[in-house]
Amino acid sequence: MGITTILFWFLSALALLSAIMVLASKNPIHSILWLIAVFFAISGHYILLNAQFLAIVNLIVYAGAIMVLFLFVIMLMNLNSHTEPQKNIWMKLAGVISGGILFTILISVIRSSADMVNRTAQLKEGNIGLINTLGKVLFSDYVIPFEISSVLFLSAMVGAVVIGKKN
Amino acid sequence: MPIQYYIALAACLFCIGIIGVLTRRNAIIIFMCIELMLNATNLLLVAFSKMYHGPAFAADATSTAGIDGQLFVFFIMVVAAAEVSVGLAIIVMMYRNVHSVDINFLNRLKN
Amino acid sequence: MNNLVYLIPFFPLLGFLINGLFRKSLNKPLIGIIGSGSILASFVVSLLLFFQVKSNGALPVQPLFSFIDVESFKIAFAFQVDQLSSLFLLIITGIGFLIHLYSTSYMHDEPAEHFGRYFAYLNLFVFSMLLLVLGANYVIMFIGWEGVGLCSYLLIGFWFKNNNYNYAAKKAFVMNRIGDLGFLLAVFWILAKLGTVEYYEVFAQTAKLSNADIFGITILLFIGATGKSAQIPLYTWLPDAMAGPTPVSALIHAATMVTAGIYMIARSNILYTMAPVTQVIIAVIGLATAVFAATIALKQNDIKKVLAYSTVSQLGYMFLGLGVGAYTGAVFHVMTHAFFKALLFLGAGSVIHAMGGEQDIRKMGGLAKKMPQTNWTFLVACFAIAGVPPLSGFFSKDEILAAAFEKNSLLYYIGVAGALMTAFYMFRLYAMTFLGQFRGTHEQEHHLHESPAAMTIPLIVLAILAAVGGLIGIPEAILPNAHKLEAFLEPVFEQSTRYVHEAHTVSHSTELMLMGVVTVIIIGVIVAAWRKFSKYQYSDAEETGLGKVLENKWYVDEIYDAVIVNPLLKLAGFLKNVVEKSGIDGIVNGVGRFVGYSARQLRLLQSGQVGNYILFMVLSLVVLFLVFWNETIISEFLKKIF
Repeated sequence: MGITTILFWFLSALALLSAIMVLASKNPIHSILWLIAVFFAISGHYILLNAQFLAIVNLIVYAGAIMVLFLFVIMLMNLNSHTEPQKNIWMKLAGVISGGILFTILISVIRSSADMVNRTAQLKEGNIGLINTLGKVLFSDYVIPFEISSVLFLSAMVGAVVIGKKN
Repeated sequence: MPIQYYIALAACLFCIGIIGVLTRRNAIIIFMCIELMLNATNLLLVAFSKMYHGPAFAADATSTAGIDGQLFVFFIMVVAAAEVSVGLAIIVMMYRNVHSVDINFLNRLKN
Repeated sequence: MNNLVYLIPFFPLLGFLINGLFRKSLNKPLIGIIGSGSILASFVVSLLLFFQVKSNGALPVQPLFSFIDVESFKIAFAFQVDQLSSLFLLIITGIGFLIHLYSTSYMHDEPAEHFGRYFAYLNLFVFSMLLLVLGANYVIMFIGWEGVGLCSYLLIGFWFKNNNYNYAAKKAFVMNRIGDLGFLLAVFWILAKLGTVEYYEVFAQTAKLSNADIFGITILLFIGATGKSAQIPLYTWLPDAMAGPTPVSALIHAATMVTAGIYMIARSNILYTMAPVTQVIIAVIGLATAVFAATIALKQNDIKKVLAYSTVSQLGYMFLGLGVGAYTGAVFHVMTHAFFKALLFLGAGSVIHAMGGEQDIRKMGGLAKKMPQTNWTFLVACFAIAGVPPLSGFFSKDEILAAAFEKNSLLYYIGVAGALMTAFYMFRLYAMTFLGQFRGTHEQEHHLHESPAAMTIPLIVLAILAAVGGLIGIPEAILPNAHKLEAFLEPVFEQSTRYVHEAHTVSHSTELMLMGVVTVIIIGVIVAAWRKFSKYQYSDAEETGLGKVLENKWYVDEIYDAVIVNPLLKLAGFLKNVVEKSGIDGIVNGVGRFVGYSARQLRLLQSGQVGNYILFMVLSLVVLFLVFWNETIISEFLKKIF
């Protein structure tokens, strides 16, 4: 059991635990903090997979920008565990059960899928995750989607401003 | 690392996200759960990208096979950022109007 | 020259189109000229063709266009002019023209629009009949057959504002439809067995048909004929068909429609010759109809009803002739009957015209002095139909009866009894109408007048034809080799004559003796009827006993009503009120109610809560996965998607 394997299991456990805690905590602020932990774990996975660029972007965009935005909004609204609205217990149960069923089915489907048996994900090696390689492809083959996504950003910005404006 | 581990992990995170969407009423938490689901998919995409890159890399070290997966992750992040900005704006707007972030107020779909 | 064939049906069709489409803008004389002129043109062409056929034999089949063409199944729209059809063409167009001419005067009181409609229908009627006769296969004949049925419906119900007339028209149509079904099935049968409906092909391949096939086909064709030619049990429409204008009755009874059945059987003579059982059935039904209708005619008081039943009776004789294999005799009788029956109807029309619409012969009488032309022409027709030599009816009826005598003397005796009744009721009709004292109102008496020339000229022409028309078929017994018609029609019935090997004929002396005896008795009957009814006094006294039954036409209509019509109506009522209302409607409404109810229940699912929607989405995802559980199906499914 090499260091990679240990790291993999550790990061997986951290991700799952933090994800569960996102749901479990009553206080929205705690939820956000746990979610940031999930993102860190996932970034760790990216590093294990040698996808350095994505790992960094994940941290910056998600854990940094987006989560700060969430935190900011929640603090703005002054939400806490007392004001948290609760669903009735049956709806919660139904949600958990259906999510569980979906999970079971997904797992069993994956286990019986011949395409996925004995395939491994390459760790550490490989340079496609490097910013150099990604950048070349992004600005050659994917330049049009890239430009379009910038338009999307612009419109999202305009939209956010319009919606957020009073009246 | 066997790809099935990654799939299982991603499926697990995804289902936790779904359970969160189904069991909570706080719009912001639901939003966060959606982000969680997006991240689960991102993780899966990166893992698959590396899975396809492995054999190609063994044959040719300069191959870029499987890079599309990572670029998709990139685009998903872009879209997610846009979505969050608009979504949060909507939630703020809603809070301003009804002083709550309970999605049960959002039942206008009935009519 | 052969292309002239197309012109025959073309003229009436053109007349129908012009009169039908422009009836509102044309004036009456023009409509009359177009209507009659088209038929006259057809008649001239028919005459040309007739002489051509007479000198050169049958013309080749003239295909006009391909009517049905599906793979190996081909039916050509083809015309065939041979001896039989050329003779019928002459009858149809010739008598048809006279009736048209007569109609221009008879229908003069109608407004121009209805006048045009009338002539359009009349032309269409003639067109359909020509199609029926000209067709070179059973399908074309069937088109004409249906066209004739349609036109009879339109014309019987011509005065459609009177509901009774509409019922009569409907009755004629329905009765005809019953027969048509038989015809149609027979055509299908022929098609299934032989794969063709062309006459010459069918008749050439009769050997391929089993006895059962031939029996079935001939019986079904005969059912068709009973409908169209008014035989038991489908005859009741014909007397009711009197609802139409009188010239229409003449057209239906003489030139067109009812002769269709005779034509069809004469056309298919070989099939019938090969089916002796069917022949017996036809002979029996024909004879039964002949006598049965004659008994009814004895007691009818409506001038047109008497003539109608006499038509049914005469048609019975024709079928008797067909049944005993005297095809020439039957066709001969069609021809002579067309002459004198058209004459009788037109004469009756003239009388009704003069009487201002009165049709009850009890209220007539003594018209002979007022209407000399009508009187003598009517008298000629009466003598002709009664079978007094040397008028036409004598020869044709005698030929049929002689052939019946050959088969079975019982048929002959019953047939003669019917002929005696014919003589009796015809002279009862004549005497009550034209002799004795006038029994109508003063106003009517004042109004009495001879009809105009357009009406009397056809009467005179027809009277001459009715008088001398029989001379083309003088039997061997009287004058050897004088039966021109038989010689002319020989090629048509050649196959049948060859098929029947034993040609035992009654000795000429026996035939002559029978003829003489019958003639004497008939003259006796005529004298008796003449003396009895020329002194007729009007009385309202109800008939009793058999007379009442006869007056009510043996209650056949009532029996049909009770046995067929009412049960059917009851069944229809039951279906309408019970099955339809609670059954079908119940199902339909039930479906609606069920959908409405389940929709109301399902609507509860649509709470508007986003969370619920997501829950359903997840559950549906689960269901999808369960449905595609099988691994290969999943991978196939994924491959299909991507």
